[in-house]
Amino acid sequence: MSWWLPPAASTFAGPIDTLFIVILILTGIALVVVEVGLVVFLVRYRARPGRKAFYTHGSTRAEIIWTAIPAVTMVALGLVSNHYWVMMKSKKSVPANAIRYGVHAKQFEWQMSYAGADGTLGTDDDFMVRNQLHIPVNQPVSLTLTAEDVIHSFFVPEFRVKQDAVPGMNIVAWFQATKAGEYEIGCAELCGMGHYKMRARVFVHTPEEYTAWLAEQAAAAQGGE
Amino acid sequence: MTHATAAADLMRPPSPAEPGAGVYSNKLGMWVFLASDVMFFTALIGSYIILRFGMSEAWAAPGAVLNVPLTGFNTFLLICSSVSMVKAYAAIADGKPYFLRPVAGKMLRDGGLKFWLLVTILCGAAFVGVQVYEYIKLVEHGFTPAGYREGSLIAEHALADPVRYGAATGAMYGSTFFTMTGFHGFHVTCGVVAMTYLYFTKVLPEKYSPQDYRGIETIGLYWHFVDLVWIILFTIVYLI
Amino acid sequence: MTSVAHARPQAHDGAHHAPMSFWQKYIFSTDHKIIGIQFLFVSLFFLLVGGLLAIQIRWQVGFPGTPMPLAGLLPESMAVGGVILPEYYIQLVTMHGTFMVFFAIMPLLVGVYANFLIPLKLGTHDMAFPRINMWSFWLALLAGMIMLAGFFVPDGAARAGWTMYAPLSARPDLSGATLAQQLWCVSIVVLGLSSVMGSLNYITTVINHRAPGMTWFRMPLSVWALFITAILGVLALPVLQGAAIMLLFDQTIGTHFFDPVAGGQALLWQHLFWFFGHPEVYILILPAMGMVSDIVANGSRKPIFGYHSMVFAIIGIAFLGWIVWGHHMFMSGMNPTLGSTFMVSTLLIAVPSAIKVFNWMGTMWRGNLRFHVPMLNAIGFVSMFTIGGLSGIFMAATPVDIPIHDTYFIVAHIHYVLFGGSLFALFAAIPYWYPKMFGRLMSEPLGKIHFWLTFITYNLVFFPMHVIGMGGQMRRLYDPTIYDFLKPQQPLNEFISIAAFALFAVQFLFAFNFIWSLWKGKKAPQNPWEDNGLEWTLSNPAPHGNWEKVPNVYRGPYEFSSPESPNSDFLPQHVKLPTDRDPVPAPPPAGH
Repeated sequence: MSWWLPPAASTFAGPIDTLFIVILILTGIALVVVEVGLVVFLVRYRARPGRKAFYTHGSTRAEIIWTAIPAVTMVALGLVSNHYWVMMKSKKSVPANAIRYGVHAKQFEWQMSYAGADGTLGTDDDFMVRNQLHIPVNQPVSLTLTAEDVIHSFFVPEFRVKQDAVPGMNIVAWFQATKAGEYEIGCAELCGMGHYKMRARVFVHTPEEYTAWLAEQAAAAQGGE
Repeated sequence: MTHATAAADLMRPPSPAEPGAGVYSNKLGMWVFLASDVMFFTALIGSYIILRFGMSEAWAAPGAVLNVPLTGFNTFLLICSSVSMVKAYAAIADGKPYFLRPVAGKMLRDGGLKFWLLVTILCGAAFVGVQVYEYIKLVEHGFTPAGYREGSLIAEHALADPVRYGAATGAMYGSTFFTMTGFHGFHVTCGVVAMTYLYFTKVLPEKYSPQDYRGIETIGLYWHFVDLVWIILFTIVYLI
Repeated sequence: MTSVAHARPQAHDGAHHAPMSFWQKYIFSTDHKIIGIQFLFVSLFFLLVGGLLAIQIRWQVGFPGTPMPLAGLLPESMAVGGVILPEYYIQLVTMHGTFMVFFAIMPLLVGVYANFLIPLKLGTHDMAFPRINMWSFWLALLAGMIMLAGFFVPDGAARAGWTMYAPLSARPDLSGATLAQQLWCVSIVVLGLSSVMGSLNYITTVINHRAPGMTWFRMPLSVWALFITAILGVLALPVLQGAAIMLLFDQTIGTHFFDPVAGGQALLWQHLFWFFGHPEVYILILPAMGMVSDIVANGSRKPIFGYHSMVFAIIGIAFLGWIVWGHHMFMSGMNPTLGSTFMVSTLLIAVPSAIKVFNWMGTMWRGNLRFHVPMLNAIGFVSMFTIGGLSGIFMAATPVDIPIHDTYFIVAHIHYVLFGGSLFALFAAIPYWYPKMFGRLMSEPLGKIHFWLTFITYNLVFFPMHVIGMGGQMRRLYDPTIYDFLKPQQPLNEFISIAAFALFAVQFLFAFNFIWSLWKGKKAPQNPWEDNGLEWTLSNPAPHGNWEKVPNVYRGPYEFSSPESPNSDFLPQHVKLPTDRDPVPAPPPAGH
């Protein structure tokens, strides 16, 4: 096992992992200061006969310091985080060239719809594949998440993508995969008895494979009619 | 100054430490309770606002489903009960515990605590009665917490005039209307029960005096609060 | 206008009590101490229930598909052939959260210690409304019984997570439970009523019933924290009640608040729940912080470092607690701009929390530390709460929240705060005020063994959960090995489970110590911890009605090692030095 975040496979992974490491370092410093400080105090100031504690009610200067440092750090962290947050989640940030897919969640499966031959989603020639999302690599994709019954959550750890699918709402999530391969989609929101087995796969294809797959599906859809 | 010492004793906070909120405990406790009740109604009313104004389809027009004049009368009753509550409070503060007494030089008679609290109880009970009647009629006509009952009178109206009757929003209308007004009615009922209890255990036996009428002031606070909530509810549910 | 204060009749004056029957004295008691002790026994029972549920969860997650020992005792609807069923598993996670939050930690901190400590520490005979106080206890017990009844109804206990996200919770056809979901709502409404009754009592008592000289800034931090907690409770619980009532109506009388098909909104529940839920988180930690402050100052034999900023930090945390609820909903489809706002307010909570941690360290600095059991657990609290607080920053930073939201990382975080925080504070508070409750001391050696074993096993259980969560393991997953990417982590899950069983077993040491000491513990001297609080001016256990004459207060509660008391290292609040002036009763306001 990795003891770390899952291997990165999308453009989001870079900033998120970097931010994670930054926070890990900041909190690590705070943790070491507190825990080492505690241990030192426990040893140094343990009760011994004849000793009396230093009588003080505090120090305004010290308190200002340890109020100001976290405050400044937190505000800075908030500003940096917000930049990436807007990039990842804001509706305006979805790239114009993103390929659109529909992801419809229901107990306990994911229904992925694809634009058919006309290249637009929401028309008659759309086709649906259960529990399989096929996307091209290095190409922004946008998912319109909907839910049939209860709240589900679309989660692909390698892509650092998570977004709830809420009944009554159309929520758009976008990402860009950077490595071809096969990844698992999990449901991250308790959605009932079968929550644990609400598993799907996302296949990231090279452009050639993707075109071939689309053609195959289109042909199958034609044949089916 | 004769009874001032004792009055100061009971109608003021007990603590010799330092003035807290400057009020005695029962009243303070009621304030705190009312703050908590504000949050309860905020949850209900806030949900109503979010649900109603989050919908794209029209909400039923005022007066389409509900009987506004009837509830208007009911609102008047509740406001009257608030006025009589103030009179009851003033009566006992001035030391008038009796029903009615002649006023010198006038044809009028002036009521005391026993009279005005009884008026308050009766107005409150009448309010609940009218509300129960309203509910029965509404359900009869097909307006239920689940929305417009299929095949009922209101459902037919809604088919004929979907905009005025908010055909698409009936379910939310029913949900929010009955929950909000129902819990208000429950509060009024609790108030009536509490006042009736006080009436028989404290007011009729004349246990209140200008030195100690904490129960009346405390229940009065509650009553005015319930009245105020109703005026808000009446405005946002019946008039808008 | 003479002799105003003295003539006042006291409903529960100490000395003049007619003898009472056993029922009046111990069952339907209006004495705040008895009510606190009743809460203690009942919520320790629910803590055990929550723990029993937890080890079943850990069995399933650690050893999915393996028959659980003793599972034969469970009916077929819960486990078949000893293997836990998925529907029982989600009942386990739902009820574990519900019991621990609402019926164990919250009543242990607030029900027990607000009741027990506020009158004793402020110097009054009882709560402002003793009878409402009694009702508060009985309603809490009733709520707990209703919740427990869920396990015994035909289709099993509630099963939509302790957060009860709609529409899953609102639709029996989707969740699979009808009656139990309704019982959950009813129980929460009753519990809310109990909490509001208790809290309005605490608030009124703190404002109106302080001993002469007990000014606001002479109140112990425990009382400050409990007071602020009560304010949070009074304002937050009604929102949950309102939400639970709407949910109940959705389930029973056909309303559609949370049903998107009919125009309701699924996210409305989350907004209401977390608007309550985040203040609730602080209800679960502020009293712990307060009591730890008292104990750390006592153990360090030093005044608390920065008393005023500690008070303002409590108030600051409580205030910020109202404007951060959206951070539970970063992935919910809520408007991302709102997410940015909630991120900033959430990150700011780190500031008062940091003040508190550094001030506790400042208190220990150059102290004369006595490592009695309460002090050890209080130090455990400080170190573990620090980890819990710091791991919160990961989730507050919205982009980092994306991969770890709804994973075991958050499970680790919440347990570092609620177990490492609240429960360690309780392991400190219970032995500390045990003599005041029962007149005896809990065993120190046993307490120390319990502390160390708990401290070690607890970290072995919850620290690896951070790793599991980073790896992506979702919460409330019946069988993680279904996912290929989670399979490699399974050995760590097994390790956590074994550690969890050990942690659970260690708690029996505490239970044994607690029960054994009731009869066999060492008789406690009047002031066993050499503390300054008013409660230690009473005999152990404290008598009914507390004081015959309430003591005067001359100083704050943390005057340890003061140069004014050269012969001892503590200076109780009621001791009058030649330089002290008697507190003057407040002048009565003009008129009324």
